[in-house]
Amino acid sequence: MDLILFIVFAMFAVASALGLILQTHPINSALSLIGVMGSLAVLYLLLGAEFIAAAQLVVYAGAIMVLFLFVIMLLNAGEERNPWKAPVVAYIGGPVVIFLIGAFVYLINFTLPPMRSVSFGDFTGGGPREIGMAIFTKYLLPFEVTSVLILIAIVGAMVLARKEID
Amino acid sequence: MPTTLLERYFPVVLQAILAFAIGTLLIGASAILGKRVRNAVKNTAYECGMTPYGTAKERFSVKFYLVAMLFILFDIEAIFLYPWAVVFRDLKMFAFFEMLVFVILILAGFFYIYKKGALDWTAEELKPVQHKIHVDLMPADPVPSEKVTHAA
Amino acid sequence: MEFIIITLVKTGLVAFILLTTLAYLQWVERKVIAHVQARVGPYRVGPHGLLQPLADVVKLMTKEDLIPDHVNKVFYVLAPFLAVFLALLSISVIPFGPAVEIFGIKTNLGLADINIGILLILAVSSLGVYGIALAGWASNNKYSLMGGLRSAAQMVSYELPMALAIAAPLILSNSLNLREIVDTQAGNWYGIPNWNIFTGGQIFGFFLFMIAAFAETNRIPFDLPEAENELVAGFHVEYSSMKFAGFFMAEYANMITVCSVATVLFLGGWHSPIPSQAGSGVFAALVHFAAAGMLFFHAMHAARPFDKITFPVFGVVISGIGAIFLAGAFVWPALGAAINGLFWYGAKTFILLFVFIWIRATLPRFRYDQLMRFAWLFMFPAALLNMLITAFFVALKG
Repeated sequence: MDLILFIVFAMFAVASALGLILQTHPINSALSLIGVMGSLAVLYLLLGAEFIAAAQLVVYAGAIMVLFLFVIMLLNAGEERNPWKAPVVAYIGGPVVIFLIGAFVYLINFTLPPMRSVSFGDFTGGGPREIGMAIFTKYLLPFEVTSVLILIAIVGAMVLARKEID
Repeated sequence: MPTTLLERYFPVVLQAILAFAIGTLLIGASAILGKRVRNAVKNTAYECGMTPYGTAKERFSVKFYLVAMLFILFDIEAIFLYPWAVVFRDLKMFAFFEMLVFVILILAGFFYIYKKGALDWTAEELKPVQHKIHVDLMPADPVPSEKVTHAA
Repeated sequence: MEFIIITLVKTGLVAFILLTTLAYLQWVERKVIAHVQARVGPYRVGPHGLLQPLADVVKLMTKEDLIPDHVNKVFYVLAPFLAVFLALLSISVIPFGPAVEIFGIKTNLGLADINIGILLILAVSSLGVYGIALAGWASNNKYSLMGGLRSAAQMVSYELPMALAIAAPLILSNSLNLREIVDTQAGNWYGIPNWNIFTGGQIFGFFLFMIAAFAETNRIPFDLPEAENELVAGFHVEYSSMKFAGFFMAEYANMITVCSVATVLFLGGWHSPIPSQAGSGVFAALVHFAAAGMLFFHAMHAARPFDKITFPVFGVVISGIGAIFLAGAFVWPALGAAINGLFWYGAKTFILLFVFIWIRATLPRFRYDQLMRFAWLFMFPAALLNMLITAFFVALKG
């Protein structure tokens, strides 16, 4: 049952990711990205990381993708056109992708310690209580630094949009 | 009683399937049951009976974009509050001051955007007029003389 | 296996009750607004218009399902589906009553019992933006796009204070599990029910949550997305038949969800405000008998000849329900615990739903700049302050 759910949602994630790249209209791509985020959330959940799954939905699917959608609607972006049809890209692109995937598989198989197959739900550190305890005691400094990061982002957002407001 | 994670979430999955079925059924039913009579007027975009002009895909105020961006940032802050609330009774005052520092830093950003006027959506013509309107109760020359002669 | 069967039965029951409530909420809304405006409201279809929702569904289903050529067809159909799907999803984590044991079967009244219940509701409600934004965009109509964009900005702006207002009762309960949150609100303190709104001091937080809930469900005074006088109907201008109704269904389902969440977080869920030693078990029965008595009284002084038949019938049905509550109080305590829990949960939720309708009949609409200023300059700081003050007192008390 775990395996079936994993395969279904992993396939969905990969299909959405492919859709994201291959679609020509930006809105379709953005919605494919939401599909990726959603299936990732389910995969987190299957691993037992309940809080991360919900945070993934709230922050990525619910907030960041709204911004993407806004930008696409706002700029009235149309179909994507391919401005440079270089033949080199067509010839090199395929081999490079295959090489990269091969290298990735090789690295995961031979450099990472061997892992037993995951049986879902036996990881118990993903609940809100465990996450909270970790963030607010052990990783306190990164948490506080996050607020500085957000502050910088707020100022950055203002500076970017300011020209239009004034 | 549910024991494993999968069993705990089983009702949610079931409800999702059900909601999917209900949604499909409703939209499918009206597509099948409703008759279709098409004509050119019915096919145009609705603009209160006027002939549609221009495109609907116009550009919008940058403020919509800014609101979405600020929402992401404050939403990240809000999501931190939830694990914090769960462990609050374990850490007590320590947790309170942790969050106070976090919130004060973010509020500094909030104050900055407020001062920059990004949250002010009021159109210029709706803003209260700043300068005082001078009402002259006793004008020096109440009725311009030439106007009187014209009227007469 | 037994668990799966019980869940299937419960899901079916909840879906039936939810869909019936959705249909009749529309009827209740029309009746209440009619009486506020000194009209009678729906009266022709069935006694007191009680079959009106069924007639509406039949009418909407057989209306022309118009898909104009200028729309983006995929998203045009997807948008109302998404709205309905997401709106019906979140009911699955709401606890309706305590854990009960009837006929030897032990079960929780409510569907799922998960550790991140409130976060799931927040996540689903944050995804709700897409239904409306996509509808506005796909319709390819100026009014629709304006309405969709406005509502997306409005919903994200009010989601923030909502999330912060939710955080305050979570500090008191130290859990994201809705059932545990209700459990911490059991009992009373010198006769005052131990709910978050009273002994938790969350009265301000409750109002903040409710205001944000009005905006999240696009209800008056925050129904800017469909502001009739400027945008005709906003994001659903181009929709017809059941696709049009889908948005309303989603709106009513969201209303039920937010009222349920308010009940669970602030109003003590299924817990009775009357201590059990003061006879909380009999209270529900008394309410039903009083309602039945009122119906019998009105039947005797009926304004319309028709009422002489319908009022006593309703009266008998309601006193029958009252008799079940009485039996629960004195004969069968296991049943009593279950139905009293459901009674109080339902009563609180429906009072809040009534407030939604009442306010629709009372208030005008915000202007858009007022709406945004209110969200960012009042709601957001107020909710943050409320949360920090709550945290401070909880930390002080230990």
